[in-house]
Amino acid sequence: MGRCFRASGGAWLPIVEITAAARDAGLYTNLITAGVLLDAPLLARLKAAGLDHVQLSIQDAEAEGAERIGGMKGAHARKQVAARLVREAGLPLTLNAVVHRQNLHNLPAMIDLAIAWGAARLEVAHVQYYGWALENRAALMPTRTQLDEATRVVEAARARHKGRLVIDYVVPDYYAARPKPCMGGWGNRFLAVSPAGNVLPCHAAESITGMVFPNIRSTSLRAAWEDSEAFNRFRGTAWMPSPCQGCENAERDWGGCRCQAFALIGDAAATDPACALSPHHAVLASAIAEAGDAAFIYREFSAAQS
Amino acid sequence: MIPHFAPGVRLHHDKARARWVVMAPERMFIPDETALEVLHLVDGARDLDAIIDALVAKFAAPRDAIAADVHAMVEDLTNRGALQA
Repeated sequence: MGRCFRASGGAWLPIVEITAAARDAGLYTNLITAGVLLDAPLLARLKAAGLDHVQLSIQDAEAEGAERIGGMKGAHARKQVAARLVREAGLPLTLNAVVHRQNLHNLPAMIDLAIAWGAARLEVAHVQYYGWALENRAALMPTRTQLDEATRVVEAARARHKGRLVIDYVVPDYYAARPKPCMGGWGNRFLAVSPAGNVLPCHAAESITGMVFPNIRSTSLRAAWEDSEAFNRFRGTAWMPSPCQGCENAERDWGGCRCQAFALIGDAAATDPACALSPHHAVLASAIAEAGDAAFIYREFSAAQS
Repeated sequence: MIPHFAPGVRLHHDKARARWVVMAPERMFIPDETALEVLHLVDGARDLDAIIDALVAKFAAPRDAIAADVHAMVEDLTNRGALQA
């Protein structure tokens, strides 16, 4: 049930009203979309409401690979139409390419696609292993060689398209020695409000089962931020376990990602195992060793299932 | 050349923190005082010379020094996708 709501979120949320209210409040408004439900009238209404920017995800550079990975027939062509509609509406476009073992060979073509579709910005984001990506980790984990080649390709493309295409690059932390400073620290600079109204320190925070988050229907944003147990639980450094306590990186990486610690070792208050100083760091090396050309496990609502 | 903010990028006054910020997709720049003086003059009508003229009239600094600062800053923000010419 919950998964279905997420999947159809764009269709039922009053996004035009939300966009107008967010612009009114002085916020930057960014529509992050798969692009399969966008049409010109909706884009025109969003633009009139003050939408700043559109970010469109792609699964691969060509339809066959994209539709096998995304599990939806016809999606790639609809994304191409969506990109054109965004540009025709006079809105700036970012493409978001989630890259992994099975599409990294097409990274140069994805960069060309960003240029061809009129994007001014491209996010090349290595898969982060949460939710369904964690279920599919063995099929998605790149090799070290693939990772190094991707980094080289991104750096060359940045130089080649300087001033025309900005490329943001998110590297996978499975090959890193230090964890990512997830959200810039829990409850430090970011909050999200879920479609159900839950106020979250990160998009994925609800994956930590057992945590109770404040809801916007019954509390103010200020109270959620300042006073809620959930926001205070991992804020700052006092909660940290020992390799983080007193570590010179404690206020640089904030102990890494709470969701990843919970997903991989079952304890949201543990040091992120992506850190080489974590006593559980070996679980990442095992995951890399187990990676191979496994088949995808698709989400239940996927069109490719039938 | 006439610099202007790239689509999706705007100079915004953050009332809560009493500061100006350049808002862009997934990033934010906090201009220092010098950069802010330049950015307030980026209106899509003034060219670089007109921006430099306006700054020369306002500040007691040699035109060459001001011009060098403006060129460097505009180039940097263009490379980062915040400005276009």
